[in-house]
Amino acid sequence: MKILEAVNVHLSFGGVAALRDISFSVPEDSITTVIGPNGAGKTSLFNCISGFYRPQQGSIFFRGQDISRLKPPARAALGLARTFQNIALFRGMTVLDNIKLGAHVHTKTGLLGALAYLGPARREEMALREEVERRIIDFLEIDHIRRQPVASLPYGLQKRVELARALAMRPQLLMLDEPVAGMNREEKEDMARFILDIKEEWGVTVLMVEHDMSMVMDISDHVVVLNFGQVIASGLPQEVQKNPAVIEAYLGDGDIATLRRRLNANTEAA
Amino acid sequence: MRIGDAKQSYAADEALWTSTTQQVWFGLLLLSLLLFPFFASPYLLYLACLVGIAVISATGLNILTGFTGLISLGQAGFMGVGGYTVAWLSLHTSLPFPIALLAAGLLSAAIGMVIGLPSLRIKGLYLAIATLAASVFLHFVFVEWASVTGGMAGLSLRSAQLFGLTFHNDFRMYFMIMPLAVLMLLAARNIFRTRIGRAFIAIRDRDISAEILGIPLLRYKLLSFALSSFYAGVAGGLFAYFYRVVTPESFPLSMSIFYLAAIIVGGMGSILGGVLGAIFMTLVPEGLKLLTTAITPIYPQAPVFMSPLLGVVFGVLIVGFLIFEPNGLAEVWRRIRRFFHLWPFRT
Ligand SMILES: Nc1ncnc2c1ncn2[C@@H]1O[C@H](COP(=O)(O)OP(=O)(O)O)[C@@H](O)[C@H]1O
Ligand SMILES: [Mg+2]
Repeated sequence: MKILEAVNVHLSFGGVAALRDISFSVPEDSITTVIGPNGAGKTSLFNCISGFYRPQQGSIFFRGQDISRLKPPARAALGLARTFQNIALFRGMTVLDNIKLGAHVHTKTGLLGALAYLGPARREEMALREEVERRIIDFLEIDHIRRQPVASLPYGLQKRVELARALAMRPQLLMLDEPVAGMNREEKEDMARFILDIKEEWGVTVLMVEHDMSMVMDISDHVVVLNFGQVIASGLPQEVQKNPAVIEAYLGDGDIATLRRRLNANTEAA
Repeated sequence: MRIGDAKQSYAADEALWTSTTQQVWFGLLLLSLLLFPFFASPYLLYLACLVGIAVISATGLNILTGFTGLISLGQAGFMGVGGYTVAWLSLHTSLPFPIALLAAGLLSAAIGMVIGLPSLRIKGLYLAIATLAASVFLHFVFVEWASVTGGMAGLSLRSAQLFGLTFHNDFRMYFMIMPLAVLMLLAARNIFRTRIGRAFIAIRDRDISAEILGIPLLRYKLLSFALSSFYAGVAGGLFAYFYRVVTPESFPLSMSIFYLAAIIVGGMGSILGGVLGAIFMTLVPEGLKLLTTAITPIYPQAPVFMSPLLGVVFGVLIVGFLIFEPNGLAEVWRRIRRFFHLWPFRT
């Protein structure tokens, strides 16, 4: 069963094609990873899926529904949640408020309710707080920072708060753009564990972009390789790893150890 | 010394005043606001009324500019809409003042939404210019639509009415203005405990991400415009009842700048900041006036150089806050509080 499918997606910026005729799909209950050199179009692809970019051609289907014309908030309401390559937390809010904001589409309080903050509005806030605490803050082990302004947090924790906010969106498909970039080994291991738990315990399908090959190989069920805006390979991690076209795209030679070093170096640079 | 408090429940943790001490202070504040008019001189009472009106309008502008990040130079225009609405209703109907003020707020909100429409496409300075243009247009309407607005001469209105009670002096006006100011402040504070306030701040901080996270930008920007101009409309209505006359010059463009300055000095994106800024901006000119009268016997030239000095002092204060304390008086206040909280321990 496919949860997401892109068909012949084409996106260009003033004549420069960022995505050319992209078709791929994300199997339900999988961790699907998009890899590819810098500038291959991975983030652009994410932006097309979340509705920030409008591809000139092609369609995107979510659970069989064509979402190509939906605006980003409508896609969020369907259960498409994401994090951003360059952390996009709201600096003027605490960790807790950032996470609560993720639940926007699932809450209802209107203007008058908010002004009065009586009965229903208060109950909704309490229920949300309770849910966020129990399901997300405990799970991601960030209870010690809930009252802190996000700007004061170290990078690794900011990434975790961004994941928390995406989880508050009650996603069906969780899209992570380079979730472990710039993290140290321990933080990477934590993040990999969270992602696996999200898939297995929450039953959420994960679509991620990642450069760290050991992580990609360890946790992905399915890998899609992008180069110059085109899908050049897809399949099981082991198959993709051996695919000559992939090795060619990255390096021009067949040494996987060099490939890894090269990819890790990319990550440091990013 | 008061540090650390174990939270009983999430409800207690989400309360506006999370400690008993805070509740006591708030109670004392309300009590002193209640007793103030019985002890204050007529001049202080007059100032308190002005401060109350300014607090309402500054809070409204803060919602739009400080919290949602949409710069507006239309505040005076929206206050004018409220002022003229109240004046017209006072002349042509015998509605009690709460209804008239509500109408003033709603009409102003509706016009605010229309003026806010371009905000989906333009931001920053361009939006400031667009709202300025709207404000100029409103001023034009106040002058030209003489059959309704009374033209340049404006409208004089009867005292506000409620259940046969007339609000014909500052003492009574205080009891109309102050409770409304407190109520509207609490309401503004409440918004930022909910999804709507979070959406505003998210739009201010990163509008693109906000949209991807599920916030329809146009709806929330217009909502912010509506709320902000509702506050301005009510403030303008109170202004009309207070002076019992409105003319196009009651709401000059400089008033929009006055309110922008108030939230910059007080603290953008802080409810307390709007309050402190409004108090500050209302009282500093009065203080300078008092100073002028005090030194005139010594330097007879004082009035000549003091009145232009006022503008300079204001300018310097605003620039100073922008450079040295971008979070405004609210941040200064937080620092003072932190000092006393932790006292006698050093941090
Ligand atoms: N908003 C934009 N305007 C112009 N070019 C863009 C824009 N976004 C991405 N691109 C271009 O599209 C290509 C793919 O970029 P991106 O999707 O960020 O790659 P990746 O995430 O794989 O590193 C790059 O050549 C980039 O310069
Ligand atoms: Mg990228």
